[in-house]
Amino acid sequence: MIKLVGLIPLFPLIGFLINGFFGKKLSKSLSGFIACSAILASFILSVVIFIEARHLPEHSQIVNLFSWISAGTLNIPFEFVVDPLSTWFLLIITGIGFLIHVYSTSYMHNDEGFSRFFTYLNLFVFFMLLLVLGNNFLIMFVGWEGVGLCSYLLIGFWFKNTEYNNAARKAFIMNRIGDLGFLLGILLIFVTFGSTSFDQVFSKAGTAEQGTITAIALLLFIGAMGKSAQIPLYTWLPDAMAGPTPVSALIHAATMVTAGIYMITRANVFYSISETASAVVAVVGVATALFAATIGLFQNDIKKILAYSTVSQLGLMFLGLGVGAYSSSVFHVTTHAFFKALLFLGAGSVIHAMGGEQDVRKMGGLKKALPITFITMLLGTIAISGVPGFSGFFSKDEILAHTYEHSPTLWFFGMLTSMLTAFYMFRLMFLTFWGGFRGTKEQHHHLHESPKAMTFPLIVLAILSVLGGVIGLPHFWGFHNFIGDHLEPLILRKNPSTLPHDTEWMLMGIASVAALAVIYVAYIIYRQRNIIPLNENDKMPALQKTIYHKYYVDEIYDAIVRKPLDAISTMFYKFVDKQIIDGIVEGVGSSVKGIGSVVRLAQQGDISFYIITMMLGVIGILLFTFLL
Amino acid sequence: MLAGSLIIFPLIAAILVFMAKGKGARNLALGFSILQFALSLVALFQFKHNPASHHLLLNCTWVKSLGINFAVGLDGFAMLMVLLTTFLVPLIIVTSFKNTYDRENIFYGLILLMQMALVGVFMANDGFLFYVFWELALIPIYFICLMWGGENRGKITFKFFVYTLLGSLFMLVGLVYLYNNSISLAGTKSWAIQDLINSGRSLGESQQSIIFWLIFIAFAIKMPIFPFHTWQPDTYVTAPTQGTMLLSGIMAKMGTFGVMKWLLPIVPLGIEKWGGIAIGLSIAGVVYGSCIAIVQKDYKRLIAYSSFAHVGLIGAGILTATAQGLQGAMLQMVAHGINAVGLFLIADILLRHTGTRDIDKLGGIRSMNGNFAVLFLIVMLGAVALPLTSGFPGEFLLINGIFQFSATAAAFAGLSVILGAVYMLRSYQSIMLGDRKDSNITFGSLDGSDKVVLIIICAAIIAFGIYPKALTDITEPAVKALMQNLK
Repeated sequence: MIKLVGLIPLFPLIGFLINGFFGKKLSKSLSGFIACSAILASFILSVVIFIEARHLPEHSQIVNLFSWISAGTLNIPFEFVVDPLSTWFLLIITGIGFLIHVYSTSYMHNDEGFSRFFTYLNLFVFFMLLLVLGNNFLIMFVGWEGVGLCSYLLIGFWFKNTEYNNAARKAFIMNRIGDLGFLLGILLIFVTFGSTSFDQVFSKAGTAEQGTITAIALLLFIGAMGKSAQIPLYTWLPDAMAGPTPVSALIHAATMVTAGIYMITRANVFYSISETASAVVAVVGVATALFAATIGLFQNDIKKILAYSTVSQLGLMFLGLGVGAYSSSVFHVTTHAFFKALLFLGAGSVIHAMGGEQDVRKMGGLKKALPITFITMLLGTIAISGVPGFSGFFSKDEILAHTYEHSPTLWFFGMLTSMLTAFYMFRLMFLTFWGGFRGTKEQHHHLHESPKAMTFPLIVLAILSVLGGVIGLPHFWGFHNFIGDHLEPLILRKNPSTLPHDTEWMLMGIASVAALAVIYVAYIIYRQRNIIPLNENDKMPALQKTIYHKYYVDEIYDAIVRKPLDAISTMFYKFVDKQIIDGIVEGVGSSVKGIGSVVRLAQQGDISFYIITMMLGVIGILLFTFLL
Repeated sequence: MLAGSLIIFPLIAAILVFMAKGKGARNLALGFSILQFALSLVALFQFKHNPASHHLLLNCTWVKSLGINFAVGLDGFAMLMVLLTTFLVPLIIVTSFKNTYDRENIFYGLILLMQMALVGVFMANDGFLFYVFWELALIPIYFICLMWGGENRGKITFKFFVYTLLGSLFMLVGLVYLYNNSISLAGTKSWAIQDLINSGRSLGESQQSIIFWLIFIAFAIKMPIFPFHTWQPDTYVTAPTQGTMLLSGIMAKMGTFGVMKWLLPIVPLGIEKWGGIAIGLSIAGVVYGSCIAIVQKDYKRLIAYSSFAHVGLIGAGILTATAQGLQGAMLQMVAHGINAVGLFLIADILLRHTGTRDIDKLGGIRSMNGNFAVLFLIVMLGAVALPLTSGFPGEFLLINGIFQFSATAAAFAGLSVILGAVYMLRSYQSIMLGDRKDSNITFGSLDGSDKVVLIIICAAIIAFGIYPKALTDITEPAVKALMQNLK
């Protein structure tokens, strides 16, 4: 079956083509059915191949499709790799992807762009699958830019709204900045190793100079910063919430934004060799984690809170990568995919019930009207907050334990981030589901639980969020860590924990107590005291105001990048091009004209004058050729 | 014989079209151009079958005393460029169907005459013949721009004509110098390309440097390369759409093609000494042109600057004299040629449907015509070199070649990846998305002829993005031979 791996991306591609060409003529149910079944077929095949691949003797198998680009010594085949890492991501993408497709059939039901939505969504899954299946950096890049395109199309899905279009464009361009880094990294890889295929590059990595490896690792990381929304290229992700909510769940939480983690895990050989690059990854990761979490504290848009939470959680994953805990980060990618997809879909259900309202200040007391949404979201919130026994607890604990081993300072900031996470998530829950209803009467009248196509994915994801930890139970509890062992063959520098068991217990204890304590604080503030966040125009303390306005980063970028670029471009156009360069050209032209008017005097009609000049000319030419 | 007929056929076709009357001229021209495409497919078949076939070469004496021969042939480079030309010309003719031009027989006859000259430039194996075709190509396009151009066409066309003619004269001086220094096997002076190559290589570094600049300036003006470009935006904007397509889609490639075939092998020492500066100029143009494109309001002018930036990247890639740079350049010449025709057609469609190309006035067209929005989107994605569109493999290989020359240069050239997205996405958004800015602007369904051309272009963009090997297989032996020749 492994030979058939090409079918996994092919199914969504077929779905894309059918809906793309005939979508408008199909009924909505048929259009949705085609899109969902394409992903389901991919999921089933992924499961089969996942199981089969576990028994591969060399852990990986390459499936060649055709030769793509070749020039001189450069040869880039279109080929796929089936190994523990790629198959793991296949399961996440097609599994979660299928649930979100099902959810969307209901969520998007009244939208006139229904079939267009599924066209884009299928195309996204196709590119995402290419990204993780490619056996060389360039095929990864194809998927990488392809998902960027789909993200652009889906953020701007409601294309009449200028603000949404701006968000879409911002996402694409910011990603392109990262992509340039990625592209240069690929070129450096080719120049250094003469190939871009994973098997060949990684086996030769030891032969290259340390400095080169560091440069490659950092260039690739620039790509990861863009796609996975890390400082300084993160500001597109919160804006990306302009897209329909299922898109936020699938692309901007569960799959696409984790591509950077996939990439670094795939290229862990480089990062294991280069301490410098790893340190940069860890520091950028933890800084992003903390920075985004603080912004999350003061947001009032339910999707924006979740968006900053995603940025923050991605930061934690990069922290894990930076300290060499590759499988722990992939573990966190997995559990995060469960609970963050759940939270977004739950938020979608809330927004659906509220008739489009996204501001938590105008919600409240929704738990009675939306019981399934409420319970599933609560489970997701508990999971992300790190309450013992839930999935997020285990994955986050693994990352933090490895971080502690590496540097207690980084651990402290990681710990702080996860405390903030618990706080803003429960803030969201209390404001949304408890207390009295703060919306309009009209909205109150229409409150309703979402249909089954929406609640079914919520329930499945809730179960996964609660139980997902079993794939990575701690070694020191005496368990077999499934995901750690699964990915082990791909990781160059193994990183078994050397911490004494009592230290591990202590760290886990601190994390548990901290999480519960923070939840209690949130309970007091938002439940007992019923405090509702301030309005924009109310007076706020300066620090709170700064954070509320996201530290004015967008404004700063505008001032230091966009405006200068426009100014320089205008200067180039109006001054350099029109005045200087063209001025010189015109100047040469008119001086020729001037000379012409002088030379014209020679044309006086005297034949003997012509003959003499001709003779002189011929002599001149003869002399010239003679001298040469 | 096949080789000769590729040049003679469009000449005869042009004469017949000149003599035709009324609407007949248009259909006749289209028919002939399609036949010419078929003829080049036959040549391709022959080429694939037996690249050394004598059908692909023609060599007759022209002026014996001066060593001039009518020598033409199809190697991999020429084959691909001839295919590009013969593929684009019928499309360009179809794009004119919704415009009404007076004196149609002259208009279409000139297009075919232009095609003859272009094919000649790509196929010439004799320095003098190359120069003749090179200058011949200027005449029809000059009249097309002058007679059917837009505002201010007299002044702009004159500048274009004088500027490029002046550049060509420099080249003529260089070629004559090489000719004077040449010795054929028979012991006489010769214009044959191999004799000119030997002649150039026998020169010292300082002489090669002079030759390099003499010839390079002609090519640099034609492409154009920074800072020899100021004729280009005005000419592209004022020329009738079909003229702009000929200029940017095919004629600009005369310059890049010339560097490849007539400069690299002739003055290797000159390239070694001055190639770096020429690459620097090209890349400066890439960044400079992209920046200027960002602030354009007229969509046609925006594409003109974008085209200038793209061609600069091709020039830089060729001048690195790496296998990746050369192969990337060949791919990108095809990709850019197809894309440019698509983009200029879109600019023309916008003008015809709405009466303006001002991106600030347009808006919300997507709501009025979804199919056009999709086709436009695909062409735009090709222009920003998204993977799996034809723009990507070429751009990747070009930057790859530049990277081998200098990583810093590649980083600058790579800025086009970002800046291209900025101006393309901004303009697409402003024209197509959002709400209508002007309620007087309506946009109905596309005309059949426009639809056909756009669909063919989009199909080509995707097909060559997925399988660029179809193109690189044609040029690969030529790249290998050239690389061998450069060593």
